[in-house]
Amino acid sequence: MTVWQGFLEALESLSGNKLRSGLTVLGIVIGVAAVIAMLAVGRGAQESITGSINSIGTNLLVVFPGGKEQDRFRSLTMRDADALRDQLAAPSIEAVAPTLEIGGEVTFGGQQTSSPMIGVTPDYFQVRNVNLAEGEFITEEHVLGRASVVLLGSEVAQTLFGHTDGVTGETVRIEGQPFRVIGVLESKGGGEFGSEDDQIIVPLTTAKARLMGPKSGQAGDRIDVIYVQAASGDLVSQAMDEMAQILRARHRITDDVDDFTIFTQQDLLAEAESITNVLTIFLGGIAGISLLVGGIGIMNIMLVSVTERTREVGLRKAIGARKRDILVQFLTESSLLSFLGGMIGILLGWLISFIVGQVAAANNAPFTPVVGIDAILLATIFSAAIGLFFGIYPANRAAGLEPVEALRYE
Amino acid sequence: MNAIEAHDIRKVYQMGEVQVEALRGVSFTIQHGEVIAIMGPSGSGKSTLMNTLGCLDRPSSGEYILDGEPVASLSDDQLADIRNRKVGFIFQSFNLLSRQTAITNVELPLRYAGLRQDNSNGGRRDRAIEALKAVGLEDRMTHRPTELSGGQQQRVAIARAIVNDPAIIMADEPTGNLDSKVGKEIMSLLLTLNKERGTTLIIVTHDPLVAAQTQRTIRLRDGALESAS
Repeated sequence: MTVWQGFLEALESLSGNKLRSGLTVLGIVIGVAAVIAMLAVGRGAQESITGSINSIGTNLLVVFPGGKEQDRFRSLTMRDADALRDQLAAPSIEAVAPTLEIGGEVTFGGQQTSSPMIGVTPDYFQVRNVNLAEGEFITEEHVLGRASVVLLGSEVAQTLFGHTDGVTGETVRIEGQPFRVIGVLESKGGGEFGSEDDQIIVPLTTAKARLMGPKSGQAGDRIDVIYVQAASGDLVSQAMDEMAQILRARHRITDDVDDFTIFTQQDLLAEAESITNVLTIFLGGIAGISLLVGGIGIMNIMLVSVTERTREVGLRKAIGARKRDILVQFLTESSLLSFLGGMIGILLGWLISFIVGQVAAANNAPFTPVVGIDAILLATIFSAAIGLFFGIYPANRAAGLEPVEALRYE
Repeated sequence: MNAIEAHDIRKVYQMGEVQVEALRGVSFTIQHGEVIAIMGPSGSGKSTLMNTLGCLDRPSSGEYILDGEPVASLSDDQLADIRNRKVGFIFQSFNLLSRQTAITNVELPLRYAGLRQDNSNGGRRDRAIEALKAVGLEDRMTHRPTELSGGQQQRVAIARAIVNDPAIIMADEPTGNLDSKVGKEIMSLLLTLNKERGTTLIIVTHDPLVAAQTQRTIRLRDGALESAS
């Protein structure tokens, strides 16, 4: 009995009961489609997050105050940031952008909003890949002169003015003080760290002198986060070592317990990847359960089919079919069922992913499900394996029938 | 060499706690080309004997030599092989595959024998066509069993039984499901095939008219031979 004949015979036998075969296949179709769609959604989420991490800067490193040990805390200072700019001690560093994070209420006319406010130096825009929709960046002069100027995130501008263009030159009030709008940030969409569109940027010195209120006295030289750009992607880890060395020397750390933490963009990417991987496995696992149920459906139908065809099995054995022939016959049928289901399921899963992407696009979410070759391969192999696995028991049952008993079966 | 040599064949079934002796030491020989009827009332061990002779089942003890090969202690797959090469079965209820055409049904034993489907001499299709011609069904080859009369279905079954050129043909009540006219035709076809091909023919039957057409009758009662006339 050649493989091809076995295949044709199985096809014939399955098409002899089209409704039943169709319903059995449907279980696998749904399972495979769910797996494909869920994996695509997971992959899409991963790519979207990776994209937004990449958009926060290029070759970026971030220094936070505080280390792993809770009791050892020391604020970062302007002088820390200045030390990192030392080209001799830190040749791998391209630019350093110290920042001060404060909150505040912005008003214009009757509108008000409270947004995260960040005090920066001119390097910030290069380090964090910030672009303007209109206006100009904060300059060295603004910083030196503690100028009351502000850059608005597009969302903030929208809230205050009802539109995002042509607002440069307007005057808004922050904590009651007048600030001149010198530009609007380009919209980036939602990011990993909250929307950057809902942000207000002022000169660092201005933030310290005018916006921190009574706390500004104690603050002294303190800054919150230092963003650093490495000279190139290859130099990121070297830059990290140089920074750690400089900061340890400045903070007089002799043991290995730092009072600061340095993150690289790669760290964030790796972390995000591990989170989205968990998400993908979780979604895929749930979808996998429906595939399992589909497989049990195949087993069920094959068992019914074996019982119905007991006489046929008896006859085949009487005229010379060996155990293996019967086994192969029923396994071919169950594999064919699940393989067909797998193929249709892949198409359906792809369609679902496509629709999800369209829905996301219609809602302005930066999210496109990605159907990977690996997901398709996985689904194909898995569905064929399910057909084999769940077919083995019924096929074995058929192959093990005694010819005398089987022929007598009514 | 005889077609069948049976020496002291016994068959014991375990029915729950009770042991039932279906065959209690049956011995006989059948020569090549003979036409034999096996008769006996229900429960006489007729079916058990037929299953044993057809290699569908193994005797509990005793020796059975089919066409020169001792088969009493072969494995399941070896028995399947013997059935494929040496035995042709004809059943009361035809037992055709209902979704397959006549010719595919006839080809089935050749498939399990592993013959290629080509049109060269001795190929599967050719041999199936030849067998269908021998039973007079050359114009019904592509019909399915549901499109054939009972007599025609039994002819397809006979073609299937002879397609492998077996040493013996086991027919279990071959005319039992047919009216008497068609039954006579089937019987005469079987006898003709026996004459032309020299195939040993063993018919299990209740019908004395059928038994009368055979050369010899083996009568069973309570698992033993009553007479082998």
